[in-house]
Amino acid sequence: MSVIAIRPDYEAHTEVRDRLGNFHGNQVVYVHWEKHLSFCAAIAFPLPPDMPFGAFIDNVIKPHYAPHPQAEAIDWAAVTWQIDGADATPDLGKSLAENGVGHKSIVRFWTPGLDGYHGSAS
Amino acid sequence: MSARKLGLKQRYALMTRGLDWETTYQPMEEVYPYDRFEGIKIRDWSEWEDPFRLTMDSYWKFQAEKERKLYAVLDSFAQSNGQTGISDPRYINAIKLFITGVSPLEYQAHRGFAFTGRHLRGVGPRVAAQMQSLDELRHAQTQIHTISHYNKFFNGMAEWPHMHDRVWYLSVPKSFFDDARTAGPFEFMIAIGFAFEYVLTNLLFVPFMSGAAYNGDLATVTFGFSAQSDESRHMTLGIEVIKFLLEQHPDNLPIVQKWVDKWFWRGHRVLGLVAMMMDYMLPKKVMSWKEAWEIYFTEAGGALFQDLARYGLRPPKYADVATAEAEHISHQNWCTFYQYTHAAAFHTWLPTAQEMDWLSEKYPNTFDKYYRPRYEMWAQMEKDGHRFYNMALPQLCTTCQIPMVYTEPGDPTTIAFRQSMYKNERYHFCSDGCKDIFDAEPEKFAQSWLPVHQIFQGNCGGATVPDVLDWYKLKVGEDNLDFGQSPDRKTWDEWQASKSRLAG
Repeated sequence: MSVIAIRPDYEAHTEVRDRLGNFHGNQVVYVHWEKHLSFCAAIAFPLPPDMPFGAFIDNVIKPHYAPHPQAEAIDWAAVTWQIDGADATPDLGKSLAENGVGHKSIVRFWTPGLDGYHGSAS
Repeated sequence: MSARKLGLKQRYALMTRGLDWETTYQPMEEVYPYDRFEGIKIRDWSEWEDPFRLTMDSYWKFQAEKERKLYAVLDSFAQSNGQTGISDPRYINAIKLFITGVSPLEYQAHRGFAFTGRHLRGVGPRVAAQMQSLDELRHAQTQIHTISHYNKFFNGMAEWPHMHDRVWYLSVPKSFFDDARTAGPFEFMIAIGFAFEYVLTNLLFVPFMSGAAYNGDLATVTFGFSAQSDESRHMTLGIEVIKFLLEQHPDNLPIVQKWVDKWFWRGHRVLGLVAMMMDYMLPKKVMSWKEAWEIYFTEAGGALFQDLARYGLRPPKYADVATAEAEHISHQNWCTFYQYTHAAAFHTWLPTAQEMDWLSEKYPNTFDKYYRPRYEMWAQMEKDGHRFYNMALPQLCTTCQIPMVYTEPGDPTTIAFRQSMYKNERYHFCSDGCKDIFDAEPEKFAQSWLPVHQIFQGNCGGATVPDVLDWYKLKVGEDNLDFGQSPDRKTWDEWQASKSRLAG
């Protein structure tokens, strides 16, 4: 299926606004802490593809989830990860790109034992 | 011998039919280039029935009369300081959402129907679309005039047209109409005329207008009344157009069904803003969103689609999903604005204990289990001096442009993530409904101007939150943040104090 337009060359006149090249050397990465819906949606960041995964955790994920009362209790060694829907064991010393995190990838993580405020997924 | 007075039908025929001609310098196909490419087949335009048979001269007369009445009420509302008589100043935030999110859509509808009126070659729908175009312009104007009075006293309204084009959550209604207006004229008629004006309109106007009545906002009630007779004409046009298309040719059915599916889902997503307004922003509640959905969609919509079944049309795809979401959508939306209050042009607050009890009663299956704990946690954090803010930007759905906050059907603890790959780019969606819409027209939606990505690209005033708010013309500390500390609250408290001084 595709768009039905008055001109056959419709697509030649369109602009894909989310192209990787539009982000000044960064790629967009989404991250989501499962069962903590006080953060209403996954959160988005423009990040260099060569950022080490460890730095992504320490400098991006941790500070942004810090306001949640359960954030301090996270055991990062026990966290389970999914990258674009597939289970993953990220190598913290390797880059986002080397770990398979591309432009507009979604990184979801679960924190065993922590299921939100009073187990409510909040 | 005096001229015999014409009957209504005859008069309508004389004043609307036979006024155009078959062009000879240019082929008709060139004069009406837009009414064929969508694949809709029309055998005979003259089969179009116009049940209103309204002619332009009577149209002007009716509208002028309504305008006189409306402006008389507005004058008296202003002179008697009607703004001091509303139920609770939090109510004004519903009006802020209306002027920034809804009134600009009236103007978009005006332009859309003007385009449609020009490009459909049948005279019946052309006349009807032209009148609706004028109605929509009038609605935009009367809403602006009515709300301008509140703008003298409260924040968040002054930059509404500017905000509509730029602010992240207003891209939701804006992109909805941009999508409809960049479609062909038949799709526009099904999108706005049928899906929005017929199937869903009661879920937009009844809540806002009854909400106004319940909360002492006489001015808004009056523009609602002034628009009411127009709305019934618009609904008639909406139902007429779908029946006409389905009767004209059997090949039209799959095309119309695809549009009905698409625009029902898109409308449902936009109306989430109304859901939140009803359940959280009205200090005096009319009914819950879930109740409104049951009355206006499940019952009224059910009867409508039963009636349309004889043409082979089935109810919109994912109507069952939308109905299940009525248990969640208002809570999930209000939670979103609560945590992004710094970036909203209206005020937010936590529901009071009494309001939470009302929500428990109205949402026995979901509120206490999933949403009350969230508000209790945030209330505790406020008390401890750590009011909860989300300081990162949310992932957005490529189709509806709403932050991806909606949960899996059947699992309110897990966000629904949907993806499509198109030409090696990954696109994200909040639901199967939004994914299907993208997959049907990826060339169109790959162009989405997603506010979060635009901020990252440096197209929204700068890299920091204050830069972006400045670009929105959103005044920090006046337009945004919680109601409790707002200048709106201060203004209201001063009015109350001066009233009690007078009384004392």
